[in-house]
Amino acid sequence: MTSTMSLDWSEPLVPGEVVLDDRVAPNASWSAVVRAGHVLTIVDVGGNQSGDCLLYNAADTEERYSVPDTLAWQGNAYVRTDTVLRSNLGNPLMTVVGNEIDRQDTIGGACSKESNTLRYGHHVMFHHGCRENFLSEGAKHGLGLRDLVSNLNWFMNVPVEADGALGIVDGMSAPGKRVAVRADTDVLVLVSNCPQMNNPCNDFNPTPLRMIVVSP
Amino acid sequence: MTDSVLNARADARARGGQTSEWMPYLPASSSPYRPLGVEALTWAETVAPGGYTHKVLARGTRIRFDDPTGDACAHVIVYNALETVERLNVADTVKIPWQAYLGAGHPLLSGDGRVLATIVEDTSGHHDAFCGTTTEAWNQRKYGDARPEGPSPAGRSLFVKAAAKHGLAPRDLPPSVSFFQGIRVDADGAFEWRGSAGEGTSVELLAELPLLILVANVPHPLDPRPDYVAGPLRVHAWRSAPTGPDDDRFQATPEAHRAYLNTIDYAEARGL
Repeated sequence: MTSTMSLDWSEPLVPGEVVLDDRVAPNASWSAVVRAGHVLTIVDVGGNQSGDCLLYNAADTEERYSVPDTLAWQGNAYVRTDTVLRSNLGNPLMTVVGNEIDRQDTIGGACSKESNTLRYGHHVMFHHGCRENFLSEGAKHGLGLRDLVSNLNWFMNVPVEADGALGIVDGMSAPGKRVAVRADTDVLVLVSNCPQMNNPCNDFNPTPLRMIVVSP
Repeated sequence: MTDSVLNARADARARGGQTSEWMPYLPASSSPYRPLGVEALTWAETVAPGGYTHKVLARGTRIRFDDPTGDACAHVIVYNALETVERLNVADTVKIPWQAYLGAGHPLLSGDGRVLATIVEDTSGHHDAFCGTTTEAWNQRKYGDARPEGPSPAGRSLFVKAAAKHGLAPRDLPPSVSFFQGIRVDADGAFEWRGSAGEGTSVELLAELPLLILVANVPHPLDPRPDYVAGPLRVHAWRSAPTGPDDDRFQATPEAHRAYLNTIDYAEARGL
């Protein structure tokens, strides 16, 4: 277990009136509607803790986050400051307005009990996974397996090398590092505080996340 | 003359028996483009530029895409036809093989830890698993027209219609992959356009489970040409066998091995 000494709960990356301030326990899920214009700061409290994230238009969840639209519109595989997080219709859902690590990931997808069997073997089938979190958190909003698409991974590091080799490697984050995303419309945000114990996406040590929404 | 039912019927019937550049061929084995060495086809079609197709295929079906002009771009989504909630997961498809660039031997994985289809042959090597297909917003901006019935329909518009014909809704459309127009990722993450490998290349998929396949043949989103340039896409399919222990790819990597084991486990349990 990480000692409390190594946790940095930090503060909002963008100033404003705090409208929501939640702490997400290790391995747990979280969701909230972030209103248009509000800014969500996600704090990597323990350092190198992947926050798997899906976005939906709160008024019509058939419109949801789209990795390929986000990447094609910006012409780049990585998420950084000013990246517009686009929907499957090509519309902006949120925009990255602050980011304290080199790049954020959106190509690595979410872990699951099923994919863990491919990556590590059937002996880890019993482990918890982000897809499990997305299903239980999504169910609170009427969302199911049909609504799970490729996601964002805040604070996770997935480089693509020259020959196409790709993988989750040691993170570039640290306790208290933050990312801030502004809602461009009312957005339902689902987060899985990644429980993965078989790769470095959580430094092999799941830690909390802090979710702060401000009205600037 | 179409002024009576009899005349209208005669007029309609006189239209039969013709051919066009883009059409399905029935029976499939009558295809004028039948691949060499293949006798009995189960699907044969030329998909129009800007067109789409879709099919439910038996486990073990081999699906061949041909790009005769070098201007096709086959955007593809695959589903387990028995449980369409199991569908292509592009993130797992690149993460689990530790490889972003699609090519021969690459599995198209579902989110359920199984192989929906395997890329078994590839003479192009110019493909993409990052950019998905086009949206109406994209085509409106790029071509000034994105109407599904217009001259420059978006890939997503075509997927919406193809999916609907199997009872699926827009929420059932995950990110897609595309064949015959390639990109590469540079050290900073920027996409470099590679385009086509030229005319006359082909890609073959092997259905590892009963498959619903949706195909949209539209320009790649990053195609730098200002005009809507698309070529015909030929599709042929025939019965073969799914990947099994006797195939080299079955144990080519530990990840692939376990993916095929999961797939066969599912098929055996269902009595397939």
